[in-house]
Amino acid sequence: MEFAELIKTPRVDGVVLHRPFMPTVEGTLCLTGHHLILSSRQDNTEELWLLHSNIDSIEKRFVGSLGSIIVKCKDLRVIQLDIPGMEECLNIASSIEALSTLDSISLMYPFFYRPMFEVIEDGWNSFLPQDAFKDLESMVWTDEWRLSEVNKDFSVCPSYPPLVAVPKDIDDDSLKKVATFRHGGRFPVLSYYHKKNGMVMMRAGQPLTGTNGRRCKEDEKLINATLRPGKRGYIIDTRTINVAQQAKARGGGFESEGNYPQWRRIHKAIERSNVLQESLIKLVEACNDQSHSMDRWLSKLEASNWQTHVKEVLTTACLAAQCIDREGASVLVHGTEGTDSTLLVTSLAQIILDPACRTIKGFQNLVEREWLQAGHPFQQRCAQSAYSNSKPRLEAPVFLLFLDGVWQILRQFPCSFEFTESLLVLLFEHAYASQFGTFLGNSAAGRAKLSLPEKTVSLWSWVNRPQELERLTNPLYEANSLVIWPSVAPQSLLLWEGVFLRWNRSSKSLDEAYDEMVHIIEYNKELQNKVNTLRRQLAQLETEDPLLHTP
Amino acid sequence: MEHIRLPKVENVRLLDRVSPRRSRVGTLYLTATHSIFVENEGGERNETWVLHSLVCSVEKQAATASGCPLHIRCKNFQLLNFNIPRESECQDVHLSLQRLSQPERYEELYCFSYKPNIDEEERRQEWAFMDLRADYSRVGLPNSLWKLSSVNQQYKVSDTYPADLFVPESATPPVIVGSSKFRSRGRFPALSYYSKENHAAICRSSQPLSGFSARCLEDEQMLEAILRSNPRSDFMYVVDTRPKLNAIANRAAGKGYENEDNYSNIKFQFMGIENIHVMRNSHQKMLEVCELRSPSMSDFLEGLENSGWLKHIKAVLDAGIFIAKAIAEEGVSVLVHCSDGWDRTAQVCSVASVLLDPYYRTLRGLMVLIEKDWISFGHKFSHRCNHLVGDPKEVSPIIDQFLECLWQLMEQFPCAFEYNERFLITIHSHIYSCQFGNFIGNSQRERIEKGVCEKTHSLWSYLWTNRADYTNPLYRPDHSQTQGLLRPSTAPYCFKFWRGLYNRFDRGMHPRQSVEDYLRAIQEETQQLEEQLTSHKQKITQLEQEQGWNATTFDKSPTVWALGNDLALANTPQDYTGGFFASSPHSPKAPAGGLILLPLDSKQAADSSFSTSSDQESGIADLSCRSPLSEDSTRDPDSDEAAYSAA
Repeated sequence: MEFAELIKTPRVDGVVLHRPFMPTVEGTLCLTGHHLILSSRQDNTEELWLLHSNIDSIEKRFVGSLGSIIVKCKDLRVIQLDIPGMEECLNIASSIEALSTLDSISLMYPFFYRPMFEVIEDGWNSFLPQDAFKDLESMVWTDEWRLSEVNKDFSVCPSYPPLVAVPKDIDDDSLKKVATFRHGGRFPVLSYYHKKNGMVMMRAGQPLTGTNGRRCKEDEKLINATLRPGKRGYIIDTRTINVAQQAKARGGGFESEGNYPQWRRIHKAIERSNVLQESLIKLVEACNDQSHSMDRWLSKLEASNWQTHVKEVLTTACLAAQCIDREGASVLVHGTEGTDSTLLVTSLAQIILDPACRTIKGFQNLVEREWLQAGHPFQQRCAQSAYSNSKPRLEAPVFLLFLDGVWQILRQFPCSFEFTESLLVLLFEHAYASQFGTFLGNSAAGRAKLSLPEKTVSLWSWVNRPQELERLTNPLYEANSLVIWPSVAPQSLLLWEGVFLRWNRSSKSLDEAYDEMVHIIEYNKELQNKVNTLRRQLAQLETEDPLLHTP
Repeated sequence: MEHIRLPKVENVRLLDRVSPRRSRVGTLYLTATHSIFVENEGGERNETWVLHSLVCSVEKQAATASGCPLHIRCKNFQLLNFNIPRESECQDVHLSLQRLSQPERYEELYCFSYKPNIDEEERRQEWAFMDLRADYSRVGLPNSLWKLSSVNQQYKVSDTYPADLFVPESATPPVIVGSSKFRSRGRFPALSYYSKENHAAICRSSQPLSGFSARCLEDEQMLEAILRSNPRSDFMYVVDTRPKLNAIANRAAGKGYENEDNYSNIKFQFMGIENIHVMRNSHQKMLEVCELRSPSMSDFLEGLENSGWLKHIKAVLDAGIFIAKAIAEEGVSVLVHCSDGWDRTAQVCSVASVLLDPYYRTLRGLMVLIEKDWISFGHKFSHRCNHLVGDPKEVSPIIDQFLECLWQLMEQFPCAFEYNERFLITIHSHIYSCQFGNFIGNSQRERIEKGVCEKTHSLWSYLWTNRADYTNPLYRPDHSQTQGLLRPSTAPYCFKFWRGLYNRFDRGMHPRQSVEDYLRAIQEETQQLEEQLTSHKQKITQLEQEQGWNATTFDKSPTVWALGNDLALANTPQDYTGGFFASSPHSPKAPAGGLILLPLDSKQAADSSFSTSSDQESGIADLSCRSPLSEDSTRDPDSDEAAYSAA
C-alpha cells in the first residue's frame, strides 16, 4: 500500500519520550500508516499512540548523533522524542511530515479504522436532517413551517443539507430565486424555533446587493413571512458596518432599511476566520511561554485577543437570544458566507435559550444540526491548529471558539448542563484529528460523496455508549428549563485552562477535587437508596398484623 | 450622634452602577454606626446597610437638574452612588459621613459600641477561644531547643512585639537585648514557625542597623543560637524580602542587611517584594479597573497588567515557597525580615506556614496563624487599614495580599483547605469593619491599653460559632491534599483575578449556580440520611423483636433542606445591548439588607434562602429544586453590559 513508500524507517529502538508532568519513557518507536507508536514493552507503562493527523508541525534538533524531534499536536500537546542515530531521526521526521499532511481524504484514518467496541446505536442515524425539528411537528409549527427538499441534490446550495426548514408559504421556486441572491446560495432557513413564544432564529449568507443595491422580492417575502402581523424583526449582521459596506464592492452587502422596513439591523464585530487563527496561535504561544514573568503573560494574553473574541461571540449570541426571548422578535443572523460567525451566534444562542441543547444528546444534535449539516467547512478550518508553520489559508478555530463559549456558560451555570467539560474537550480533539468520520468533509454534500456512513464510524456511535456517557455526565446536573443568561463582563470570562493550559500544568489536584465531588454525590445517592429500602422494610413490618402471629 | 447633621433624607435615588437608568428611590437614614437606605417601592422593605467604618471615601459631585450625586466607596469594595434631591442635604450627608467614617479616637470605633445580645461572661469566653501558647505546645514547644522568653513581658525591649516570644534555648537575655538594640524598633529575631518533624524553624525580625559597616556581637550570637537550635543543619538562610536596591538604600540611613562575612554560616537572599507604597498604588490601580463601567476585554487585561497587582501576589507567594522548601526539603532554618518586619515579613512567614503545616489550612488554624503572625507580632492594622483618620501613606493592603495568596492556593488545591472563599472574604471585611476588637490598634501593647479584651467582642469566636458557613465541602482531613507541604505552581497563568473579592458586589459577574452551595446542601442531606439510617435500623430491630408493637411514632418524616428554586437571577438577561431596546427588561428588586457585616442579618438572609421540603411518601429528597444559586439569588443581576456598536 501507499504508506510503505513514505515510511523509510518503520522502527527505532532506544527512543526516549519526554512529556510534561509525566515520567520519561524509553522504548521502541514504530511508524504505521496512521500512527506514531512508542512502546516500552513493559507492563504498567503507558504506550503512546499518536495519530499522524493530530500532528500539527515538527521540529528537529541535533546534539551530536542524538537527534530530537519535537512533535507539536493539534490538541496543543507538545512532546519530544530523542532518537539515537542521525539517519533514523531524519527518516522518522520526514515520514511524520509526509504522513501528517496527506492530501487525500480517502487515505485518512477513519476509512481504515474498525471499531473495537460494540456499536449500540449507529451515530450516522442518530441525527437525521428529517428529524431535526421533529419535536415541533405537533405544534402550530406545521402551519407556518415546512421541510423543503429543494436542495436534495445539493444544486441550490452546495453547503446546505438536502432538507431545510423554510416558511410554509414560500415555494421551492422562490427558494431557488432567493438562493441566487444570497452568498453561496445560502437562502434564509430556520435555525431555531422558540417554543415559548413562537419566535424564530434564521440564518443565511449575506445578501448579494452589490454596489448598486440589487434587491430580491422573494428574499424580502421569505423573511417577512416569518414575522407576526405588526411585529418587527432583527437582523444581526456579525460584521461591523464598515466591513459590511466594503463587502458591497465584492458583490455582497446587507439588507437596506428601505427594502426591509420591518427589520432592524444590528451590526456586531465578530472577526473573520484568519484573524481568529492568528489569535489562537498567539494565545497558545503565550500559554507555552516559560519565562515566568507576570507582565509578559498578561500582555501576551491580552495581545492574543482570544478572550476578546470569546466576549464578542457570547455577547452577540446573548443579543440574539434576548431579541427572541425578551423582545419577542424573530431574528435573522448572517455574516459573509454564513458558515462561521453566523453559526457561532446561532448555536450559542440556542445553548442560552433551549434547555434541550444543554443535554448530552441535545448538544450532539446541536453540533450536528448547526455545524455539520449547516455546512461549517471542518476539513478546511481544522486542517491545521496553533503550531502550524505554514501561512493560514482557510484554517480557523471557529468551532473551538464555539466550544469555548459553551464552556464559559457551563462555568457560570455548572448545574444546568448534563455534560461536563470533557465532552467539549473531546469534540475539540475529534474536530482536529479523529478515528471517526464525523468531522470529515466540508459539507453534507461532501460527506455524501465520501460515503462516510458506509465507510467510517460515527463519533456519536462512540459517545453514546453507556461507559462513555457515564464519563461525560455532569453529576451536578439538574434539568433547568429556563433561559440562562451568562455574564459577559471581562471579569466573568476565564481562560479555558482545560484546553489551553491542559499540557502545561498538572491537573492532579483539580482532578482529585472532581473525584471528591463525585464521591460526595454518590455517597448521598447510596444513602438515599439504603434509607428507602429500610423504609419499605419498616412499612412492611408495620402492616403485618401482629394478631395473625399471635396464637 | 453629634456628627449627624441630617438623620434622614427622603426621595434619595440609589443608582445602579452599570445602568444608571435603573435606580431605586427611597429614604436614606444616618445612624451613629450605619447609613441605611430604605427603598420605598416594592412589597418587601428592601434595605441597604453600610457601616460607617467601612466607608473608604465619600465624594460629592456638582449638582445637576436631577439632584446632587454622592459617591460612596467602601473598604470591602462596595460602591454606592446616591442622588440626593437638594444640594444642601447632600452637603450635610457628605460632611456627616466624612466625619463618621473617619473617627479620630479609638473610643469612637464601632467595636466599642457594638453590643450584640451576649452576656458579659460569654463575651469573656470569646476572648479565651484563642490561645497562642496552645499552638506552640501543639508543635511541642517549649522543648530543649526553644524556650519561652519573658524578656519582653513589659514591652520594654520592643513595644511592637508581643509579650510571649520563643527564642533559642541558648539565647540569654543580654544577647536578646543586645540584638534588639541592633534591630529596627527593637524587633529582634524570634520564632515564628517550628517544624517538629525536622527541627527547622522560621524566625522573624526587623532589619539590622548595620549601615555600611556596623556590627553587633550579640546579634551575631543570636543568629548563631538560631542556627544551633537546628542541630541537623550547618547553615541557615537569612531572607531579606525587600528588593536589593531598597535594602542598599536603607544602609545610608544606618539600617540595611546582614553582611555574610560577619555572621557565621548564613546564606543571604533577597526576595524583591515591593514596599507598602508600591502595593497601595498597585491596589488602587487594580480597583480602578474593577470599577470601570463595561470595560472591553483589552481594557480589563491591560489595566490588570498595568496595576502590577498579580505580579506582587506572585512575589509574595514565591518568597513563601522559597522558605517553605528550605524548611521542609532542606531542613534549614530561615530568618526572615524586611524593614520593620511587620508587613512583608508577616506575609511571607504566614504564607510559608500555610504551605508547610496542614493545620493552618483548617478554620481554627488560619485564625491562630493570623493571631500569631499578624496580630501578636504587631502588624499595624489600624494604620494599614485606616481605622482612624491618619497618615494616608501608612495605608496599604498588606493583609489583603496574604488573604489573596490563600485564595490563589485554594484555586490550585481545592481539597486542601477546610475553609472556603467566604471565610477569607469575611475575615477581610472584619479587618476593616472594626466591629470586633481583634484588629484594633497597631500592637499587642496598644490593644491592652485600649482594653480591647474587656470592652469588645472577638471575631474568632463569632467565626467559629458560624463555621458551618465557612467550611469547604471538598475538604477531608485524610485527603492527600491535606497532608504535608503544598507545592503550588507559580507559573504566571496560575494567578487569577479574584473576582469574588474585588467585584464582590457586582452580583451579575459571578457564576449563577454555586457548586459549593450545591455540595453543602447535599452534605447536609447526607447527614440527615445517616441519622435516619441509624434510627430505621434500630426500629426494625425493635419491631422484629417485639412483634406486637404497634405504634406509629416512628413515622418521623425526613427533613430535607433544599435550596430554593428561585431561578429569577438566571432568568434575567443582562444588558447586552447598551440600551438598544426601549423595553429592556426591568430588574428585580434587591433583597433586604445584610449587604455587609451584620452577622445577624446575614444569618437571617442565609436562613430565608432555604426552604424546608420533605417527601413523606418516599423519603426521597425533593431534588428537583435543589439547583443552588449564589447566596443572593434575587439580587439585581444586571451589572455588566456589553458595548453594542450598532449605528
